[in-house]
Amino acid sequence: MGLLDRLDNPYDVGDNIFLGTVEDVLNWGRSKSDWYMTFGLACCAIEFMAVNAAHFDFMRFGCIPRPSPRQTDFIIISGTVTLKMAERIKRLYEQMAEPKYVISMGSCSNSGGPYWENGYHVLKGVDRIIPVDVYIPGCPPRPEAFMDGMVQLQSKINHQAIFRKRKEMRPEDIAAIDQRQIELKKLRAEYEAYRIEHLDLTGVDNVAK
Amino acid sequence: MLPNEIFDKLKIEFGEEIISLNEDPGYEPSIKVEPTNLVDIMLFLRDEEGLEFDYPSCLSGVDLGANLGVVYNLYSMKRAHKITIKVEVPKEAPDVPSCELVWRSFDWHEREAYDLLGINFVGHHNLTRILLPDDWEGHPLRKDYVQPDYFHGMKVPY
Amino acid sequence: MSEIRDVAIDLGNVHTEHMKLNVGPQHPSTHGVLRLMVELEGEIVVDVVPHIGYLHRCFEKVCEQNTYTQIVPYVDRMDYVNSMNNELPYVIGVEKLLGITVSERIEAIRVICAELDRIASHEIAVATFGMDAGAFTPFLYLFRDREKILWVLEKLSGSRLLYNYIRIGGLMRDVYPTFKDDLRDIIKTVRETNAEINNLLNDNKIFVERCANIGILPPDVAINYGASGPMLRASGVRHDLRRVDPYSIYNKLDFEVCVGTGTMGTVGDSWDRNWVRMLEMEQSLRIIEQAMEMITDSSEDVRAGIPKRIAPKGELYSRAENPKGELGFYIVGDGKAKPQRVKGRSPCYVNLSIIPEISKGYMFADLIIILGSIDIVLGEIDR
Repeated sequence: MGLLDRLDNPYDVGDNIFLGTVEDVLNWGRSKSDWYMTFGLACCAIEFMAVNAAHFDFMRFGCIPRPSPRQTDFIIISGTVTLKMAERIKRLYEQMAEPKYVISMGSCSNSGGPYWENGYHVLKGVDRIIPVDVYIPGCPPRPEAFMDGMVQLQSKINHQAIFRKRKEMRPEDIAAIDQRQIELKKLRAEYEAYRIEHLDLTGVDNVAK
Repeated sequence: MLPNEIFDKLKIEFGEEIISLNEDPGYEPSIKVEPTNLVDIMLFLRDEEGLEFDYPSCLSGVDLGANLGVVYNLYSMKRAHKITIKVEVPKEAPDVPSCELVWRSFDWHEREAYDLLGINFVGHHNLTRILLPDDWEGHPLRKDYVQPDYFHGMKVPY
Repeated sequence: MSEIRDVAIDLGNVHTEHMKLNVGPQHPSTHGVLRLMVELEGEIVVDVVPHIGYLHRCFEKVCEQNTYTQIVPYVDRMDYVNSMNNELPYVIGVEKLLGITVSERIEAIRVICAELDRIASHEIAVATFGMDAGAFTPFLYLFRDREKILWVLEKLSGSRLLYNYIRIGGLMRDVYPTFKDDLRDIIKTVRETNAEINNLLNDNKIFVERCANIGILPPDVAINYGASGPMLRASGVRHDLRRVDPYSIYNKLDFEVCVGTGTMGTVGDSWDRNWVRMLEMEQSLRIIEQAMEMITDSSEDVRAGIPKRIAPKGELYSRAENPKGELGFYIVGDGKAKPQRVKGRSPCYVNLSIIPEISKGYMFADLIIILGSIDIVLGEIDR
């Protein structure tokens, strides 16, 4: 009555086993533990703080604040992006490790918002400097709207292809990958030969080379 | 102390440098002065018995068309009275003496007026841009200001 | 058992140099996009240079291109944690220019809204200050209460956080029938939570040790720098614009002006600034209780007084007591539908300029405490 018995019968897998691809499992894990950057710009950041606080409890999405861009999965552009700040935001985005996502929160970072016409120092949309995954409308968006945006981001991550399918690739890509494999094999063989040649075997007997 | 009393007191001390008192209905009472000896006038307003404007409320730069104006809103905590001092300078040579050592509060206010309107506060220890980036061109609050098309490769208009 | 011995170290030839440290604009403790260039000698702060302007949203230029009514939403976005208090001086200023007055009932509703938002703002200030000092629980408690205030203001105005509720010559709409019940509920909750916060945070030994005697601001320096609000009152100066230059119906209300007394350390230290905010919340509750009585059930139309054409001629400096200090608007109208100049005198802008004065000689960790105790909002500093 163990686990193996159950595996023998493919129609009775029980509650504790689910069948799926590696990609599904990885995406499921990635989407349920996104770490975000503690980074606020303007009014929307106050609403974002409210999302973090007791009533809305953002952590139930598995989101943990990280102060360093190196450890974060996604960044929330919460407020007006000015031209002085735009270069810093671009730098922060570049510092994040792949895969990385961007949520644009509020009208200002979507399109310039109320400052679209006369704001000489306002960037009219953060998507002019970094790619955006989810846009949340509102000025500022309600916490519920923000949480809907978070669900959208999770579903996007859930449906993402991590491994590119070989049959979907272009022929030159496949050729390049094959070429790279051959190169790697060659390099490994060279290194192995070098290692064995320089191996210090004094005082050791009967070591399989 | 009423505005006309303050005006009389200043007139006795400084004479010609105090130009006029504006008490039109709808306008807050304001005294227009010459910019040449502004720091002494401000020190007098701050230290003279009976005036004692110890609290600097606000400093605003204004674009008046041909001229640029600086408006000082002062308040006295001891005497609970307030006054507005105005200075006008031509746009070609907008030089106003800096009052940052009279009230330290005006340090940042003057930098802001320089940044947004291009008023040159003579004697300020660090007259640099405060809100806009250092390499920004032009002074946005002037009426004839035109938005730049690009800044550091980023498109500015919508 | 090893013996403790004095080891003589010759420090004569040790070469030291000042280190420059850049804090921000993306830093959890800078309360927004503030950047500080700090010069350190070891851990001691030698100099601080604040760099601002990362949220400069061209408020004053926008004002020149919009009509007087259209400016109100932009005024909301200046100090985005207490929009009602921003609207009040602007609307009062324009009403003075136009020469119109509103009924006492409308003024009472305005004052209640402003005081509710003052509590909400102080709650954020205390919460984030606690976070700076390493206390996370007060943040959760205070934001829970703030949520209640936001619900009431949302019921009133239809929007969260940025209300656009106070209009020139009136209000956006009348209060809803159960408004007073909600207010009583808020008053009860805030009183209970504040008592809890006093136990959790303000009397907490760790918190007191971190904040007392840190960042002392003498009263004469505060006045010369133009500081205002809790920052000035914590230094012992009894100056509150609601009392010394009354606007709206504040002269008919009974409340105390709270000042710092140096309970835990010296007058004007970081702990005092925080404590003044706690005391002011209680006074705001008292004001709300009194103003509640002024709201009578009447069939008055709160939109009736809104003028059809707003084109005043004149100029004035209108100011009011914002939770952060003296918020003023210098408005110049030249008889057209759009103002010629609107300048916002923001309290945080002036309060922040004191930071080089009061943070020299303290440890770097204390700088974060000092910055938190000033309670800045970058939207208002950069405008």
